[in-house]
Amino acid sequence: MRGLIGVFVLFLAGEVLGRTGLVDRSYLPPSSVVLVHAGRLLVNADFLRDVLFTLGGWSSGLVIAVVIAVPAGLVIGSVPIVNSAARVLVEFLRPIPAVALAPLVVLFIASQSEMERTLAAYAAMWPILMNTIYGVGDVDPVARDMARCFGLRPSAVLLRIALPSVAPFVATGVRLASSVALIVTISTELIYGSGGGGLGQYIFAASGDPDGTPDVFAAVAITGALGLALDLLLTRGERRAFRWHFDRLGKNG
Amino acid sequence: MLEVKNLSHAYAEAATKVLENIDLKVDSGELVSIVGPSGCGKSTLLRTIAGLIRPTSGQIRLGGTLVQDVPDNLAVVFQDYSRSLLPWMSVRDNVAFPLRGRGMDRKARRAAAEEALDAVGLSYAARKYPWQLSGGMQQRVAIARAIAYRPALLLMDEPFGSVDAQTREELEDLVLSVRANQEMTILLVTHDIDESVYVGDRVVVLGRHPGRVIGDVAVALPGNHDQITTRELPEFVHLRAEIGRLVRQAAEANPAA
Repeated sequence: MRGLIGVFVLFLAGEVLGRTGLVDRSYLPPSSVVLVHAGRLLVNADFLRDVLFTLGGWSSGLVIAVVIAVPAGLVIGSVPIVNSAARVLVEFLRPIPAVALAPLVVLFIASQSEMERTLAAYAAMWPILMNTIYGVGDVDPVARDMARCFGLRPSAVLLRIALPSVAPFVATGVRLASSVALIVTISTELIYGSGGGGLGQYIFAASGDPDGTPDVFAAVAITGALGLALDLLLTRGERRAFRWHFDRLGKNG
Repeated sequence: MLEVKNLSHAYAEAATKVLENIDLKVDSGELVSIVGPSGCGKSTLLRTIAGLIRPTSGQIRLGGTLVQDVPDNLAVVFQDYSRSLLPWMSVRDNVAFPLRGRGMDRKARRAAAEEALDAVGLSYAARKYPWQLSGGMQQRVAIARAIAYRPALLLMDEPFGSVDAQTREELEDLVLSVRANQEMTILLVTHDIDESVYVGDRVVVLGRHPGRVIGDVAVALPGNHDQITTRELPEFVHLRAEIGRLVRQAAEANPAA
């Protein structure tokens, strides 16, 4: 509940600044006006289609990232030679902003929606990859020894010891990647277009309209709320699926 | 049953050998304690027998066959119970964990796990998770897992090193009762001289730098074991002193570097 205080203060500040005319209303509409616009957008079928479009890019980017980063992380984490060989490459690629890759990606990919997914996947890969690698390093050698002593083959040790140990780390990586994927999806739509709508396209179009400023603010606020909701959802799923992980950590201090 | 012949081991990085010319014979059904000062290679010896480390030279035979890889019919109880139990599985699933390799179906695995939990007095905790239990209870779960597997040879690597004195005594008696009820050969590594005498049929003393066998003492204590009366028997006191002297000699002859 206390988390809402910050939101309330921001809302109040926006309202006061807008109403008193300290800031020009056409630059910063009062919060209540933004709220009304946001309410209208949420019942607008076209806008909801844009939200769904963005969520489509977000989710397929995230899925592609998981499919690539989890196996890659498992291999990098468990084979020392691959690990040292990949380290520099990963540290080189990771800081490159996904959006900056767009001109390159265009050369290989025809449609704009594919580009959106590709860039989202690229950006979302890193937190998942890093967390997976870290998780592999965290697999307990005593647990491995135990499994080997009971006669488990290396493949069974991987499946029954390593994978369950790594899973909560992957989940954390996915949660972190989710917000990254959302940012990149919307940025791509905003800068390069999407070829079919999306929140970024909506914001871009509204910003071109002289009376669109409240709608821009409303769409931005909705985007923030969307990110928050996705994060809450994933955090909750993570806690529930890996209760053993978090409860144990809590217990050991 | 178990025969270790001329076993030596050196870790690649270290100049000196950890184990040198170890000869050890254990008969079927025996419970042998291995005791020695820290750094004598007790745990290394256990790990070579478990097939987790390949010794530099020498042979280990288990039931006549040469140990090359991890042997089939073997279970290990590690000191660090909190790490050897799997936190994502319930206590019962942890106990049943190795049984899949025994070709048992789900129902048989579950029944065997419940029986083993009953044997260590933990039936009521079957649905809990290991990290919800105290240290002593967790080590009971690890022991239940080992006995459910029904190994021919059970290795215990300082199994009671991380529990309090009271729990330790309970677990020592648990090992003795398990042994009385099952056909099992047990090798128990400990640094506690009293424990080695109380639990073992025989105590093998290792010296250090390099680790080798410097004593092999048969234990014959009359009557049923009891934590108080057995420990006050003159035989017990005498054996404890004899082994204590050997361990001290080993520790003083080659002080740790």
